[in-house]
Amino acid sequence: MKTFGGPALILDRSDINTDEIIPAKYLTENSKEALKPYILEDLKLGSFDPKGEKLKNSRAIVTRANFGCGSSREHAVWVLEVNDINMVIAESFARIFRQNMFNCGMLALELPAQDIDTIINLGNDVEITVDTEQAKITATGDKAATFSFALNPFDRELILAGGWLEYADKKY
Amino acid sequence: MGKTIAQKIFKDHLRDTPSSDNVVLDLDVVMCHEITTPIAINDLVARGLDRVFDPVKIKAVIDHVTPSKDSKTATQAKILRDWAGRHKIKDFFDVGDNGVCHALFPEKGFIRPGYTVIMGDSHTCTHGAFGAFAAGVGTTDLEVGILKGVCSFRMPETLKITITGILPAGVYAKDVILYIIKQLTVNGATDKVMEFVGPLVAAMSMESRMTLCNMAIEAGGTCGICYPDRVTAEYLWPFIQHDYDSIDAAVVDFSKWHSDPDATYADEITIDVSNLAPQVTFGFKPDQVKDVMEMEGSPIDQIYMGSCTNGRIEDIREAARILKGKRIADTVRGILSPATPKIYSQAMDEGLIKIFMDAGFCVTNPTCGACLGMSTGVLAEGEVCASTTNRNFNGRMGKGGMVHLMSPLTAAAAAVAGYITDPRKYI
Repeated sequence: MKTFGGPALILDRSDINTDEIIPAKYLTENSKEALKPYILEDLKLGSFDPKGEKLKNSRAIVTRANFGCGSSREHAVWVLEVNDINMVIAESFARIFRQNMFNCGMLALELPAQDIDTIINLGNDVEITVDTEQAKITATGDKAATFSFALNPFDRELILAGGWLEYADKKY
Repeated sequence: MGKTIAQKIFKDHLRDTPSSDNVVLDLDVVMCHEITTPIAINDLVARGLDRVFDPVKIKAVIDHVTPSKDSKTATQAKILRDWAGRHKIKDFFDVGDNGVCHALFPEKGFIRPGYTVIMGDSHTCTHGAFGAFAAGVGTTDLEVGILKGVCSFRMPETLKITITGILPAGVYAKDVILYIIKQLTVNGATDKVMEFVGPLVAAMSMESRMTLCNMAIEAGGTCGICYPDRVTAEYLWPFIQHDYDSIDAAVVDFSKWHSDPDATYADEITIDVSNLAPQVTFGFKPDQVKDVMEMEGSPIDQIYMGSCTNGRIEDIREAARILKGKRIADTVRGILSPATPKIYSQAMDEGLIKIFMDAGFCVTNPTCGACLGMSTGVLAEGEVCASTTNRNFNGRMGKGGMVHLMSPLTAAAAAVAGYITDPRKYI
């Protein structure tokens, strides 16, 4: 199982799409590692800097609704993975992006809008810890807050197996 | 209790139920292209699992960047080509025979009512036009599909969209789907199947139904789906004539896939198109849609016609109605990319290619090309494109570029005027 949690990158906007996460022109790369420098390259959001220290040190993303909409490209998940970001917490996800995350043994967790508000209001430096057994997230910034999340048994098995290929190769 | 078409297909293909929310389905068709498949192939090779579950059920095409534009895309094409060769995948389409996957594969008769279909491409939802469950997936799903012939899905709910009325002149399936996405918003159909029904859908050609289903993903939908009927049977007849005694018999058989009258839906909406105007997007999300009159005079630099949404023969015919005998404005450049070789050839036979060329269009080979900013018409920073494609994300057709989505007729009008304008004045 991958490790989850750490310093969070807050992306306070809905509908962040796959072209913003990894532009199509980099889809000609044939290795996941080669995608690393291009993470969130086209995202325009306040003072966000795709080349900045904040992103470099982040291990989780906290964002709004419909994260990862658009293309089916799993490159949008891999570019997070190769930058050591193994989890995204959002109000909601686009279906394919969410499934790609669990298929790679990564966590895409949904929290209600007011919980996302609470995390965002904890300040600029938020640390996320995750207990997958108890299905609880703790976000620590100026203060700390704990939230319960839903993780269905199949998604949990994918996390434990390390991904869908590992799961399916044994079972089918 | 009655079932929707999607529930019937799921029941018919059920392999496993790993949790109460998830199902694993057997797949009838696994489609592959050179952008999302090579990493799956490389990973299977690295794991010592370089096998395919069924070389007949796997279809492959080089379409996104073709002919290859540089060493990297040539390598992607080669990985797919070599893999198709060593696994004896008969239905592999390379330079000369290749075209945009979601136009090419239906044209070959690969998609049938009741089928389950996946591809590492979000616009796989197009194939729901045939009464199939067709969903875009990521590379890992594709990899498992290639290896095991299965895919997992969360049990989707169905959104029933009844389309009524008669389309006014100059208004098409593209305008209808843009209007529907505007109503639903970009995640209004997430985790849902969008079932398109009603008299207007029944009267639509397969090409128009494909346009409708193609953009289901832009509202977040898992799949767009239409009931297979006589139109479907007539389109597929060359491929199914040995399976049925008559088209009538096929129509009767197909009807088993129609949703039951007492099926349960997550939601039902009705759209009357009688007064619909041509629709155009204005922002960077496909639900940012206005009537063309509200966009009158918006500047453009390029017109792009093609893609899995609107690169089919009827699209080219409709655009040619406006372009015939005219020149495009001096301030714009026009690009036509017929979606498949068959469409290209047919357009030549009908004199349509000459109309486009005489009007000042560049006609490219069939490819996804500029739709996703890969080749054959990438925008420069600050440029604007009037496009018949499906996605207007910031930078989609080139970093810093902007895209206005519209029908082929509206794009043709924009080409002649040099700015966005109401196409109905030209017809």
